[in-house]
Amino acid sequence: MNLQFHQLPAGHASSVIHRLPAGVKLGATLGLVGGTVLMPLADQWWFAGTAALLLIIAGLSRISPGFLLTRILALSPLVLGVALVNACQATGRSHWLGVAERSLLCLLTVTLAANTTPFSGILRVLQKVRVPGLLITTIALMHRYLFVLADEAGRMRRARASRTFTRTRRFQWQTLSSVVGQLFIRASERAERVYEAMCARGWQ
Amino acid sequence: MHIPDGFLDGKTAGTTAVLSVAGVALALRRVRLDLPPRKIPLLGLAAAFLFAAQMVNFPVAGGTSGHLVGGVLVAALLGPSAAVVVVTAVLTVQCFLFADGGVLALGANLFNMAILNSFGGYAVFRLVARCLPGERGRLTAMAFAGWCAAVLAAIACAGELAWAGTVAWAVGFPAMATVHMLIGIGEGIISALVLLAVSRTRPDLLAENSPATPPPRAGEWLGYGLLVVLGIAIFIAPFACPWPDGLEAVAARLGFEHHAAPVLSAAPVAGYRLPGIHWAVGATALAGAIGTLTAFALALLLGRLLARKPSPDA
Repeated sequence: MNLQFHQLPAGHASSVIHRLPAGVKLGATLGLVGGTVLMPLADQWWFAGTAALLLIIAGLSRISPGFLLTRILALSPLVLGVALVNACQATGRSHWLGVAERSLLCLLTVTLAANTTPFSGILRVLQKVRVPGLLITTIALMHRYLFVLADEAGRMRRARASRTFTRTRRFQWQTLSSVVGQLFIRASERAERVYEAMCARGWQ
Repeated sequence: MHIPDGFLDGKTAGTTAVLSVAGVALALRRVRLDLPPRKIPLLGLAAAFLFAAQMVNFPVAGGTSGHLVGGVLVAALLGPSAAVVVVTAVLTVQCFLFADGGVLALGANLFNMAILNSFGGYAVFRLVARCLPGERGRLTAMAFAGWCAAVLAAIACAGELAWAGTVAWAVGFPAMATVHMLIGIGEGIISALVLLAVSRTRPDLLAENSPATPPPRAGEWLGYGLLVVLGIAIFIAPFACPWPDGLEAVAARLGFEHHAAPVLSAAPVAGYRLPGIHWAVGATALAGAIGTLTAFALALLLGRLLARKPSPDA
């Protein structure tokens, strides 16, 4: 996966769906995913209803359909892989169709929720449902520094590439590993600075 | 190895969720008791590091590339409980923000990758590092632990999918095990190289050298060990074991086995017992043992190669 893939779509941050409270959206997501996974496949009305509801939400949220489509295609290699394996077996075909249907619906649900809810909103909901504070602090810090460190890794790799000739594969592995090691060292040095900054701002 | 939604049924998702909530709770408790407040931001930064490190692609033969998974590496760098918390944060963000891995399957993904991978790998790491002293031993231990953890998590994943009835064990197990035996080689080599780079540049950062992260206590070993054994007993043992399971044994003893006979004989493979299953189980075990020994020999070789050479970026 590359970084472009992880970036969230810009603009259109003011649709009806975006303005809904995060708790409502997360609750609805859980409900839809749970229902889709647990409903027996015979109840096709549930799946049709969910699909229709998701399409309406996608329309209201004004996220471009192309973005949603590429996101879902990029996330489903495992689904497609299992499809191939099961397609070779004579008996499992209808069962597999059910699995694919469920996976795609859940994927669409989570993608829609994630792209219309700010991350701080998700954290606040986690706090409200009593997820331990240490885990929330970790997740919040991770989200804050994820893009910083990913950029840093990219810069370090570029600096390496512009200074060294990539002779053999073994040499490449060693340089890439030392980039990763250096990234860890820089992350832990940054963590010390972050701790001092947090204390200076009255943390705990 | 992220299991998407729709691949697990209610019972599998529920069981794995219970196991991973217990594991994460234990990890959070240990971290809160043992880690000085100074080190708390390090957990978040280490999670961001893991995320960024997973984006660095290593070239493999034929234009393909692989990347680090890193649970065991973080466990070796920060200790097992911190690693469980860090990998939990990574998986949660991947699940909710990037829809990578299912919401209801999060329990299973946490169990495979945060608990089995990190703690199982860490246990192997400590065991081998204790038997082989010095830097060479530590690098060997890291490489072998990376391989074992990848294979263990993959087998558990295959077991969960089989229990949920999505992918038959006879199909999923060989596929997952073989692929991850190969992936695990890359994981082991990268982990050892990164550990070497860190220990050459900042040896004080390694968990075993820093007074800030004490070695795991008996309670920690016991708690995670129990979870790992429970997971293996629930997800892997029923499929891998050639003996009749408890229910079948009871049924046979009480003599009501023949009541179920019509159903069993209608199934494509009655009672899971393929003709020649004993031979097949023996062959699988033999292949596994040969694979493990080969991986260990490779890890030994790598440790010897790396420890003798000067630092790659000196």
